[in-house]
Amino acid sequence: MANTFKIGGVHPEPNKLSAGSRIVNAPLPKQAVFPLSQHIGAPAVPCVSKGDSVLVGTRIADAGGFMSAPIHSSVSGKVAKIDTVLDASGFRKPAIFIDVEGDSWEPGIDRTDTLSLLCSLTQQEVLDCIREAGIVGMGGACFPTHVKLSPPKDCRIDVLIVNAVECEPYLTADHRLMLEHPDEIIVGVRILLKVLGIDRAVIGIEENKPDAIQLLRSKTSMVSGIEIMPLRMKYPQGGEKQLIEAVTGRQVPPPPALPANVGCVVQNVGTVFAVYEAVQKRKPLIERIVTVTGKGVKNPCNLRVRLGTPVSQLIEMAGGMPEDTGKLISGGPMMGRPLLDDSVPVVKGTSGILMIPESEAARLEERNCIRCAKCVQACPMGLEPYLLATASAAQDWECAEENWIMSCIECGCCQSTCPSRRPLLDWVRLAKNRVGGIIRARNAKK
Amino acid sequence: MSPILTAILVLGITGLVLGLVLFAVARKFAVKTDPRVGQITELLPGANCGGCGFPGCAAFAEACVKQDSMDGLKCSVCKSEVMQQIAAITGHAVEEGVPMVAVVRCNGSCDNRQRVNRYDGARSCAIAAMQTGGETGCFFGCVGCGDCVGACRFDAIHMDPEIGLPVVAQDKCTACGACTKACPRGIIELRNRNKMDRRVYVGCVNRDKGPVAKKACAVACIGCGKCVKACPFEAITLENNLAYIDFGKCRLCRKCVDECPQHSIVAVNFPPKKAPQASPAAPESATRPAPTPEQPEPEKVSVEQKS
Repeated sequence: MANTFKIGGVHPEPNKLSAGSRIVNAPLPKQAVFPLSQHIGAPAVPCVSKGDSVLVGTRIADAGGFMSAPIHSSVSGKVAKIDTVLDASGFRKPAIFIDVEGDSWEPGIDRTDTLSLLCSLTQQEVLDCIREAGIVGMGGACFPTHVKLSPPKDCRIDVLIVNAVECEPYLTADHRLMLEHPDEIIVGVRILLKVLGIDRAVIGIEENKPDAIQLLRSKTSMVSGIEIMPLRMKYPQGGEKQLIEAVTGRQVPPPPALPANVGCVVQNVGTVFAVYEAVQKRKPLIERIVTVTGKGVKNPCNLRVRLGTPVSQLIEMAGGMPEDTGKLISGGPMMGRPLLDDSVPVVKGTSGILMIPESEAARLEERNCIRCAKCVQACPMGLEPYLLATASAAQDWECAEENWIMSCIECGCCQSTCPSRRPLLDWVRLAKNRVGGIIRARNAKK
Repeated sequence: MSPILTAILVLGITGLVLGLVLFAVARKFAVKTDPRVGQITELLPGANCGGCGFPGCAAFAEACVKQDSMDGLKCSVCKSEVMQQIAAITGHAVEEGVPMVAVVRCNGSCDNRQRVNRYDGARSCAIAAMQTGGETGCFFGCVGCGDCVGACRFDAIHMDPEIGLPVVAQDKCTACGACTKACPRGIIELRNRNKMDRRVYVGCVNRDKGPVAKKACAVACIGCGKCVKACPFEAITLENNLAYIDFGKCRLCRKCVDECPQHSIVAVNFPPKKAPQASPAAPESATRPAPTPEQPEPEKVSVEQKS
């Protein structure tokens, strides 16, 4: 039987409505908007000003530190303004607005589809290339990739795990990418192996994508060092720690330990593809695959979208927003964020746009905890969500910290399984936010 | 001897011996407490609100006795007579404090601020404010989940379902500051009470640029600066597109109230202006105090009418 992680997890309805539809290019927007914080870490610093002309691939913002990533224009045109925009986080953040004129690209970017196999760059050159291209984790967390590829000196990495699990219901962007660009992904994996200086990679794919497993298996049969590992379906298998356990059986210790401490580096399959394009085609991260789907949606689809395109344009491509839509979500139904508005631009971490009908979106009335411990069973990190939520409501941050709140990956299993419909994750997030602040203040004092 | 007598004797003697032991121990290890701590604790309200900065009334009483002066020691809940009594017990002089009251600096009622979204997460302002900009276009104003109501130990703040904002009962408010700490958006401020509880303040904390703020809320401060120019006492400052009235400098002349094009400056507990003096905009501004957080108490109104 296929591997999976040991404790917790849930089995939501897969609802992969758009699995069969090929990736199509979304049209260019009239105005593209680039929020300056599209990644974890310091926001990028704009390096263009109002009135500047930019081409596709022109760098418009520099990294704001090591833990940051530059941003490139995905369109050609003029910088209209640098102002705040409502982004997927639900807040107004600074962003660069570019009015689109034509579609001219920076010279040096290879726009052909021909597969480029050979990479003659050295380890450091590839790493620089990845950093310069502004690549971040494409699974949704948006962790700068070059940081992940520079593990601490005392950690010995022995395996690269490629996250092709896509355990979130509805989303099919990674699935389609594997079916349509398998060769590019394999080249990307080999580039990453070279950067890390190791010779073993495992691509973890859930069993609900047999076509992708078969295709990648046939492509890698002649390549040594790359293994395709089918995994038993369970949410949140795409979580970094869960995937490491499922693939290698190793458990990552609680924070501040990193996956590198158990010898693993995990990269999303979308990131691997972006690495291929950056290194072999000299193309920075300016577009991504976005699944636009939902139960009432006429034409659930997978789109190749230039970053900065407003979400409303993607919804139009999918046949418009159904009338009974109760929630518009960026990302998957389990971990995605509800959008306040459909003018929000697509950013590096937008894996999907999901329209949930009102009947399913509305949260039902909250009842008392009946101590059934379903949340404890469901938690893939082995935490006690009911206890953490209670501690949070009582503002008992010490209790929350003692009970490992910082290990929570915010997967939402507890909340989805609670028969009393308690908003457990909301409370846990609050406590995590507060405890995180307390820990940072304590470390700063030392 | 009968067994009953034996039992009585044995228990009696054991009780006597143990009693003596307890007496000796109590004498030997007696903790000497200052009797004044008990006296002061009895004077204090006993709500343990923490407004004084100490963990509860008993800790405050202890601090009063231990410290050499009453500097920095102030129970905001106690009236000044009570503070004088405490001072008499400790033998230190006490400063006359300025009476304060909590003020909700948001007028984004349901009429003024259109709801554009629905928040359906846990009913806590802290969570709502952390996860999203909110239900309206204003990302600075009241979230409306009532964290301040839960924080108040004196039953002095309540959500008004009609306007969707908290309302301070000024006769009950003790200015302990619990609500100001509970509010994740920092809307509630302690301001001085002034004569007859009259106050002038900017009922808005929106730091967005004018057009954005105006779109989100009909009574948002747009940072135009008219009030700054109108103020004869330099009490108003403009920072981050938001005006702020320094209550230490404000002399309650209300020139800014008439000047404000957005009617975001609120004057409460003033007697109604006489009709002939009213400018064209006045009828509206006269009705404006109606949705303000503090409704004048009936008895206050009668006092004002007398004056």
